[in-house]
Amino acid sequence: MLANTPLGKLSPASLFVVGLAAAFVIFVIVQAITSPATLLQTVAASLGLGAVYSIIALGFVLIFKATQTINFAQGSLAVAGALFLSFAVSDGHIPFTTIANPLLNIGGPSWIPWVLSVFMALFFAAILGAIVERIAIRPMVGQPLFSVAVITLGLEFILRTLNNDTSETEFRSLEVPWGSEGFKIGDALINWSFVVSIALAIVSFIAVFLFYRSRLGIAMRAVAFDQEAAMAQGIDVGKVFAIAWIAGSMLATLGGIMGTQPPVKQTGAIDPQTATIAFRALPAVVLGGLDSASGALLGGLIVGFAEIFAGQYLSSYASTIGAGYPLIIPYVVMLIGLVVRPHGIFGTPEIRRV
Amino acid sequence: MYRRPKLYTSYEQETQLLPTWTQKGLAGAFIAVLFLLPFDIPVITDPIPGLGWLPIFGDGIPVVRFLGDGEWIRVTSQVLVLAIAALGLNLLSGVAGQVSLGHAFFMGVGACTAAYLGGHADSQVWGHSLPIWIWLPGAGIAAALVGIIVSPVAVRVRGIYLAIVTLGLVFVGIHLGNMSFGRKIAGPPSLGREFQDLDIRLWKEETPLINMSDDGRWLFFDVTEEQKRYLFFLVLAIGFTVLAKNLVRTRTGRAWQAIRDRDIAAEVMGVPDFKSKLEAFAISSFFAGIAGALVVSLSGHLLSDEFNLFFSVEFIAILLIGGAGTTSGALIGTFFVIMIPRFVEEFTRWLADAEGGVSGAVANAILTGGEGDFGFVSSGIESQGWPLSVADWNVVLFGVLIIVFLIFEPLGLFGIWIKVRNYWKGWPFSY
Repeated sequence: MLANTPLGKLSPASLFVVGLAAAFVIFVIVQAITSPATLLQTVAASLGLGAVYSIIALGFVLIFKATQTINFAQGSLAVAGALFLSFAVSDGHIPFTTIANPLLNIGGPSWIPWVLSVFMALFFAAILGAIVERIAIRPMVGQPLFSVAVITLGLEFILRTLNNDTSETEFRSLEVPWGSEGFKIGDALINWSFVVSIALAIVSFIAVFLFYRSRLGIAMRAVAFDQEAAMAQGIDVGKVFAIAWIAGSMLATLGGIMGTQPPVKQTGAIDPQTATIAFRALPAVVLGGLDSASGALLGGLIVGFAEIFAGQYLSSYASTIGAGYPLIIPYVVMLIGLVVRPHGIFGTPEIRRV
Repeated sequence: MYRRPKLYTSYEQETQLLPTWTQKGLAGAFIAVLFLLPFDIPVITDPIPGLGWLPIFGDGIPVVRFLGDGEWIRVTSQVLVLAIAALGLNLLSGVAGQVSLGHAFFMGVGACTAAYLGGHADSQVWGHSLPIWIWLPGAGIAAALVGIIVSPVAVRVRGIYLAIVTLGLVFVGIHLGNMSFGRKIAGPPSLGREFQDLDIRLWKEETPLINMSDDGRWLFFDVTEEQKRYLFFLVLAIGFTVLAKNLVRTRTGRAWQAIRDRDIAAEVMGVPDFKSKLEAFAISSFFAGIAGALVVSLSGHLLSDEFNLFFSVEFIAILLIGGAGTTSGALIGTFFVIMIPRFVEEFTRWLADAEGGVSGAVANAILTGGEGDFGFVSSGIESQGWPLSVADWNVVLFGVLIIVFLIFEPLGLFGIWIKVRNYWKGWPFSY
């Protein structure tokens, strides 16, 4: 019956995904009629969460583009960056020093010192990324890719321990200028942090997009294609590695800062669980395709929607499916996605020869 | 033929488990030492006549004590159990080349199955109180079945994607323990359940033939609970080592190596890709399941949260540090990775008690808490914040070890051994 329709050309697995998407659309329409305010709030939160995932996924993609490997330490880099901001705005001194943070006395609207402090945190995050890359990743140029991935796993454990001991596993506030406030559309309460996350995701995406078109970005794509061939063309592979890690670390910082805000966390503070944000964003990047910036954006949104919608509308079954179930929804989505497209939505299929 | 170690005149000779007499002798001696390790060996019970003037023989040396302390025996037992899991991962990742971060998940499946089959039911958890000859193989088989179930997904992806899929398994697995049926098997979240005692009996309520949960007398020796368990795990570990080493030289094992080296080329030569990978997942998961059940029986408490990412990475580290793809590498790696943190802890504890002299000075330099010191290790074992506690330093050390080995010695401890051996082989020439 379906054989002559466009649907008939799809594999059973793709058909299953199409069915899921259709069921989701129908569900949204039903909800839009019965309780529009809840739906609007859920969609806004989904966009917010998806944006945070996208920012972190962009970091993954950048590092993957340069080094062809996954950076498992992204979560700890995110927390480290957020801790730098927390030092600057909450404790009021420059990270690693006792010098008072001069940016806090600049005056003007209260958000200006905070934004400048974010730039300072980004600066320190860039240094951290460069150091980590120089010590642990640079010696591995040309080595088997999985070894590099395992090195980043080792880095993750080192950095996570140092992070936890630095924050003494207490909640550390980031003093965000918008606090926990939001605005109302009808009955739906929309948090400002959703808007900020979405804006940051768009800005990051455009920045990455422009970067790809720069001279260095083209060099990075060449390195991703073949490290040795790129070297032979006179490209400084080490420099490309460094740039990728610096940019990845800065993106991780942005993700880490927004990862302490709703909808990811209601507390608005860094805690030991913040580092798990990267492991939750990992499915997004795999779903979108490890080497595609647009894939990171789309994957982040899909995962964000799945997680928030599941959290909102399945909560009455929590006793059966277990508390904290939204946290594994990304992985369930990823497993389904990988069966259909093993290289992700926008990812380049790997061409292999004998 | 004699004294020509690399000269083989038949295929059987070349594929022997231990080709040379040196290896046979060393392996035999090593196993003998392992069996004697837990016991106090009476060497000289009385002062030796005529040698009494020597201070060390004055009172006689009562015993040679290897692992007299119950704590060390437990750690060594842990090494034996985790070695089984490491051997399993070595088959999958080292021999078949399918890198898996989900080994802890399969161990968790084994542990939960063992608790379900062998545990005692109460108001909170299910259990069937079955004997060990059901729950131990059951744990392995259940894990192998789960391995077969996930392998269609796992075979479709490779390399870094496979690592991420298996990483997902770990998170999903921990969550399964929180679901309603998971709570019935693994106990309430973050509380866990008691694991059954380790004993060998014919059926449910019969008197155990061999009871490994209290002290007793075997043959003519008094053995403690810990010693009994150690010997039991040792027998199992030796059995699984032989099994793993033997598997590598069978048709299946050679197929795995072909897949690892170049899977498309292997397929062209007629090695079934899907079937081989499926077998690798199933057998590796079987090892993991058995090891998972044993790990829990050693600690006596099942907690689903323990089978987390760190646990998985520990096995990857074991393979990398020991030397991936080699059985002896997996064994050495397990010993190294499990023992190093214990040594560091013991050393710190010893330093903390040291007063004066060289050790006191070292303690002052390393530990905090003294006066005017620059210590970087907090003397509190579990304390938070700077300076780091010993437990935290151990995690850092673990990460550093992974990085250092990958950068400087990608073949691991086994690679170092090969280098040392080759040096002496060619001595006094450099090659």
